Amino acid sequence: MEMVASGAIGREDSRLAMIRRRLALSLRSPAPYLALLGFALFLGFWHLAVEVWQLPRFRAMPSLGAVVGDWISRDPIYGLSLFTPEYYAHIWASLRRVLLAFALATALGVPLGMAFGWSPAFRRYVFPLFEILRPIPALAWVPLAIVMFHGTESSVRFITFLPAFFATALNTMLGVSSIDESYLRAARCLGASRWQTFRHVVVPGAMPFIFTGLQISIGVAWFSLVAGEMLAGEFGLGYVIYTGYTLVTYPTIVIGMVTLGLVGYVSSAIIRLVGRRLMQWHARNLGIEG
Amino acid sequence: MNTPCLSRPRGAIRIQDVVKVYDPHGAAVTAVDHCTLDIAPGEICMIVGPSGCGKTSLLNAIAGFHDITSGAIYLDDRLLCGPGRPQSEPGADRVVVFQNGALFPWKTVLDNITFGPLVQGRSTLREAREKARALMADAGLADVESSYPAQLSSGVRRRVEIVRALMNDPSVLLLDEPYRALDSLTKSMMHESLLQTYYRNKVTIFFITHDLEEAIFLGDKVVVMTSRPCRPKKIVTVDIPHPRDHNVLTSRRFRELMDETMSAVHEEAQAAFAAGEREG
Ligand SMILES: Nc1ncnc2c1ncn2[C@@H]1O[C@H](COP(=O)(O)OP(=O)(O)OP(=O)(O)O)[C@@H](O)[C@H]1O
Ligand SMILES: [Mg+2]
Repeated sequence: MEMVASGAIGREDSRLAMIRRRLALSLRSPAPYLALLGFALFLGFWHLAVEVWQLPRFRAMPSLGAVVGDWISRDPIYGLSLFTPEYYAHIWASLRRVLLAFALATALGVPLGMAFGWSPAFRRYVFPLFEILRPIPALAWVPLAIVMFHGTESSVRFITFLPAFFATALNTMLGVSSIDESYLRAARCLGASRWQTFRHVVVPGAMPFIFTGLQISIGVAWFSLVAGEMLAGEFGLGYVIYTGYTLVTYPTIVIGMVTLGLVGYVSSAIIRLVGRRLMQWHARNLGIEG
Repeated sequence: MNTPCLSRPRGAIRIQDVVKVYDPHGAAVTAVDHCTLDIAPGEICMIVGPSGCGKTSLLNAIAGFHDITSGAIYLDDRLLCGPGRPQSEPGADRVVVFQNGALFPWKTVLDNITFGPLVQGRSTLREAREKARALMADAGLADVESSYPAQLSSGVRRRVEIVRALMNDPSVLLLDEPYRALDSLTKSMMHESLLQTYYRNKVTIFFITHDLEEAIFLGDKVVVMTSRPCRPKKIVTVDIPHPRDHNVLTSRRFRELMDETMSAVHEEAQAAFAAGEREG
């Protein structure tokens, strides 16, 4: 019992040591400083362009000071800051929609893509239809979605779901068809049944593409979510941006945008991380080849 | 000197008058033409011939990856494919080692090696691992069991792949230019390691290569194929006794056999080249 515990602690320790080593390594490399410099240059330009130089197209823009000031104020002039509960309610509303849509898109898109890739007959029936529906922009679905679902909530979810679903299904299909024929042949040679081949070769072989698909999927989900919330929302970051425009509270618009950027980045970083975890065999993750 | 083999050797292959035509109702490319060849149990049969002559097509027919147009192939008197049964069912009695390697990149070496017996339900996980570790130790692979294929050199990958095949106690190993991409030093290490493995586990080996030296060093017989469509043109029996090591390469008999094979290969290469000129 003690051995097991100390073993676990040892692992934890080496884990921590590894993280610390990596951190030290990355601080020694120029990448983080260059990134900081990039941010600083961008913010500096923003500040100068709006407040100091008052460039023609920037004169009406909210200034860096106004945005940051409001964002971190306990008593924001325009009503939305890190200290107001509404801010988090909006984030949560958007996040919930995206997560629901993304989960549904994954649950339906991955199996559909697998079926496309695995069964040529199924593909012949359904894929042409899929390819006609896929290029229709999510926004074009808004009127029909509202008619179909009566409420705004479901229609926003629907148009968030749709492009995510297409991206996931398409990439999964590409993943299945990208699998080298010799893996399938090797599995048959070694006596695997069709189902075993599917489980041990097709699913893991398609995994890199599936995760690429999920990255795209969460990206387009955010994209069409905001469009949907602008048109039909009552809550959410897209709604914040749109009402900021109609109420002429420009700093709020930028607060909404930056928040979207951050939440979007974190959500796709999480997917990337999960992908790495699941695909430790992948040459890229082993630190070989690029 | 051979390590005595207790079990009765299995793996006699009889290829009878096999024809393989691709796309018979369209372009009708004949890859294999009335090919007849007998391979004895436990024999190492090396196949050489010009590129594109149809060697892989013949191997695929034995493995069951595609059908044959006519003729028949038997394994130990069992009909694999032939009249009324155009395509054989792939099975673990004839394991293929592929030209570019086909270890599953998403499985560790150990999981790759135990894959066959586990999916066939032939042994429990424990038995399979035990056997895998024994075979790996024999092949000098003891310390790579938890690596992923991408972490290994291509030479080690090939050895792992052969162990993965042997886990199924196949009667035949089908190798399609497995060492093609290796440098010559690694290649000669592979040859000796393959022979060592072969002395421990007598199986029939059907081995396609472009490398004459490899063919004579490893083979009990070397079958020189004609240019496409392929059929045996000349069969050279390699009477150099086993076990063999790299010293064989400098022996007189080896050079004589090289010369004898070379002229036949050269003739066919020229024929293939001329045919290519005509088609191009
Ligand atoms: N699926 C296919 N459909 C049509 N033609 C094919 C097909 N596979 C192979 N061929 C043709 O059959 C001929 C023999 O091919 P095969 O791959 O058996 O030759 P090979 O001797 O193995 O060649 P290499 O030495 O280059 O590996 C070639 O001309 C090739 O173009
Ligand atoms: Mg070939």
